[in-house]
Amino acid sequence: ETRGGNTIESTVATMVVNSVHWFRKGLRLHDNPALQEALNGADTVRCVYILDPWFAGSANVGINRWRFLLESLEDLDTSLRKLNSRLFVVRGQPADVFPRLFKEWNVTRLTFEYDSEPYGKERDAAIIKMAQEYGVETLVRNTHTLYSPDRIIEMNNHSPPLTFKRFQAIVNRLELPRKPLPTITQEQMARCRTRILDNHDERYGVPSLEELGFKTFKGDSSHVWKGGETEALERLNKHLDRKAWVANFERPRINAQSLFASPTGLSPYLRFGCLSCRVFYYNLRDLYMKLRRHSSPPLSLFGQLLWREFFYTAATNNPNFDRMEGNPICVQIPWDHNPEALAKWAEGRTGFPWIDAIMTQLRQEGWIHHLARHAVACFLTRGDLWISWESGMKVFEELLLDADWSVNAGSWMWLSCSAFFQQFFHCYCPVGFGRRTDPSGDYIRRYIPKLKDYPNRYIYEPWNAPESVQKEANCIVGVDYPKPMINHAESSRLNIERMKQVYQQLSHYRGLSLLASVPTIQEEAEPPMSDDSYASSSTAGEARQSSIIILTGFTVQLSVFFALFLSVNQNVTTLPDLTKKSFTMPKKINA
Amino acid sequence: MKRRLSGDCEDSPSSCEGPAESCKRVRQPAEDSGDVLPDWARLPQEMLLHIFQYLPLLDRAFASQVCRGWNEAFHMPELWRCFEFELNQPASSYLKATHPDLIKQIIKRHSNHLQYVSFKVDSSTESAEAACDILSQLVNCSLKTLGLISTARPSFMELPKSHFISALTVVFVNSKSLSSLKIDDTPVDDPSLKVLVANNSDTLKLLKMSSCPHVSPAGILCVADQCHGLRELALNYHLLSDELLLALSSEKHVHLEHLRIDVVSENPGQQFHTIKKSSWDAMVRHSPKFNLVMYFFLYEDEFGPFFRDEIPVTHLYFGRSVSKEVLGRVGMNCPRLVELVVCANGLRPLDEELIRIAERCQHLSAIGLGECEVSCSAFVEFVKMCGRRLSQLSIMEEVLIPDHKYSLDEIHWEVSKHLGRVWFPDMMPTW
Repeated sequence: ETRGGNTIESTVATMVVNSVHWFRKGLRLHDNPALQEALNGADTVRCVYILDPWFAGSANVGINRWRFLLESLEDLDTSLRKLNSRLFVVRGQPADVFPRLFKEWNVTRLTFEYDSEPYGKERDAAIIKMAQEYGVETLVRNTHTLYSPDRIIEMNNHSPPLTFKRFQAIVNRLELPRKPLPTITQEQMARCRTRILDNHDERYGVPSLEELGFKTFKGDSSHVWKGGETEALERLNKHLDRKAWVANFERPRINAQSLFASPTGLSPYLRFGCLSCRVFYYNLRDLYMKLRRHSSPPLSLFGQLLWREFFYTAATNNPNFDRMEGNPICVQIPWDHNPEALAKWAEGRTGFPWIDAIMTQLRQEGWIHHLARHAVACFLTRGDLWISWESGMKVFEELLLDADWSVNAGSWMWLSCSAFFQQFFHCYCPVGFGRRTDPSGDYIRRYIPKLKDYPNRYIYEPWNAPESVQKEANCIVGVDYPKPMINHAESSRLNIERMKQVYQQLSHYRGLSLLASVPTIQEEAEPPMSDDSYASSSTAGEARQSSIIILTGFTVQLSVFFALFLSVNQNVTTLPDLTKKSFTMPKKINA
Repeated sequence: MKRRLSGDCEDSPSSCEGPAESCKRVRQPAEDSGDVLPDWARLPQEMLLHIFQYLPLLDRAFASQVCRGWNEAFHMPELWRCFEFELNQPASSYLKATHPDLIKQIIKRHSNHLQYVSFKVDSSTESAEAACDILSQLVNCSLKTLGLISTARPSFMELPKSHFISALTVVFVNSKSLSSLKIDDTPVDDPSLKVLVANNSDTLKLLKMSSCPHVSPAGILCVADQCHGLRELALNYHLLSDELLLALSSEKHVHLEHLRIDVVSENPGQQFHTIKKSSWDAMVRHSPKFNLVMYFFLYEDEFGPFFRDEIPVTHLYFGRSVSKEVLGRVGMNCPRLVELVVCANGLRPLDEELIRIAERCQHLSAIGLGECEVSCSAFVEFVKMCGRRLSQLSIMEEVLIPDHKYSLDEIHWEVSKHLGRVWFPDMMPTW
């Protein structure tokens, strides 16, 4: 938490407390300690969301994500109306908007939920500083994650855990997450009634998709994921209704049905904060203990939530988390730069029905099952196309409802074997994996209607179907549906060699073993307990970790070097500034 | 670093002084006797050389600008024995390339010093062409090592074959003492291999030529017949023949150390020839310690000819789905197996097959299982049978099916116990 200082003047002059609660994520009224702080002893409270419609067009955010956000804002507005208040959607950028609002509303207190992402921390630090200058007290509460990322980092010898097992071990030693707070009540709000102007809708209403520059069609309302806290809480109830699943807690094995959007799916709601992760956590926990007679639930019950925590923790202190260059945990892999191939993948025109169906579902609905994500991520990067994970990450950022900065970048690095995970031998086949997951082919037929008349035998590899079959299915490969853009056997053969080359350079391992060429991150499962073990085991761990942590490409321009090389007898009075340009570290010389 | 007056560097020290003397010469007595300051300008060449060898190229280049003596050291042949040309185009790669002017200078001043050379090219044809251009100019080189490495798509294959061959032949003809040659994914052909052999048969130790479609079994046989020092060979299965194995096992031939074979399906339903057991036996007799590494990229129904007889494979990788039946045969026929990596299997558990492998492959020390299914009890049994010889055990968590004996949470303790170290299955994010 942080507090800005009030000047003595302002404290004396305004005994009145005018609060502003700034919604960014955390789009909910339940379990919202920051909002509670805004209400606490306040005379007026205004809940704001800041949005820049000009920015909307250029941002890498697709229509489904905007729609979800706008629906969530509408939902907040509706809920606030029931409490005799409204949501204020302010157009502009925070740095410009706040000074104006501070003055206009005589603000004395600003509250918001803590954002652990590097960009968020920077933005918020600037706002807090500005608030101080205006005599506004700032209160921040951490509720987007179960635990404090800084605390976990501290407990892991001041660095974020790089393996999930290590992360779980640390979490096991923490206290349970703070219990969620109840939702805001009428009574609370009544004490801080805010006058709503007549022109509120005009000035501060939730924008429409059209206002943000999107074209929508009439009757386009049937979409799968409806944004908002109300929907989130309803889904939570349905999710918990699946009691048997929770009680036995069997690892849910994927079946064909899992590929389709589930009415109890919660990931987008967690991402936007329509659902509090603590509420989810405690509901699961309580239900489990009730059904299993008070035995403590295994960590695996909270798998989804903990993965989220893992990536937030890994990213919080790494502003370069979302790129390869300059990212200390990311392996530098010589990805191919191929915009044409990338476009085919992004638009679902690869010629592999399994991949295309997944990318089509993603674009249409905004959510795909995690195994589907593995399949397309592997295909784009180390499996087939050998294109950088950063490109894939940007496409997901645009289209995927639950992709936020930390989790999206982290997952892409994981799936491309760029960080956290290096078992690159495990490759998902764009034909076989799909066929094993859904032998019926119904998923393909739903999202690629052109292929619906293909028999199961050929629907995952239509190019292998004899001409007669293609004609009968009314879909000729190469005409009605694209030919496969690569030869998978060939690509995977090449790519496994590439990965092996990259990894062998890292570990200096020169042998034959495919598995041994991968340096396993030997983080001990249990973090060291005492100072002694700290000294001995941490250095070993660090040493190994650093052998994995790759040379980031720090770069210097070669033309500079060359100029020196040539100018043997010339005066060189100053050396150029090396911090800004690029070269690649050449190999060490072997005598 | 201050520039010295050129006068100080005129009398650069000769390189035949011993280190002790050189040190004495380097030190200049300062005004207060007792304090001896080193004179960097007088650092002897062999010391400079030693230091420069630790510096990356760019730092060395900066150092070379300091004075004439250091500049001379920078151009000493010893520093130009190894070079890796990185050829990338901005349109196809994120990585920087070796500067073209630097390349020109190397060819001009140092081509006769080059001995260990590699080319890393990206997926553009221009980069492959640039590599060939450089190769054609290495007329004064006597290379020991040459590597042509595609970091993304195999761009050498996009070149006109004759263009590539003539560039490569320049090196073959001029080097005469090539010991290591890596030319995977290139359009090298039989006649160029003949040229290689004609000039380098005494020295060739390592030849990697996986996925070179223009080479025939006769072409590679020629290499095996003439290059008796060959210790490492990598090629595709279609080049493998009984004759080749016998040639590699002939008395004149040294012990083979590594043989890597890629078995790749060009079209579904492709038929593969078989190798006689007697040929493999001859190999093992001749080179009892050799490693046979096989990478399979086949459809499930193309495995017919394989693993019917005993085969001395040590490292086995299945890049696509492989059936239970084939894995069963692997257990029966691969007694020398050291590493097994299975990318994917069907949906039936591999319990029996794994147990059999643990029983019969007594040297197995590394196993990796991708998209497979194994019941927890069978897995624990497998690990128990292998015991501590399993130094690498990599299996996705999704692979393990909990059963009445073990749940997922319990299994890692059991396995860790038998392995003698902490072990967890591999995980993928599930959000």
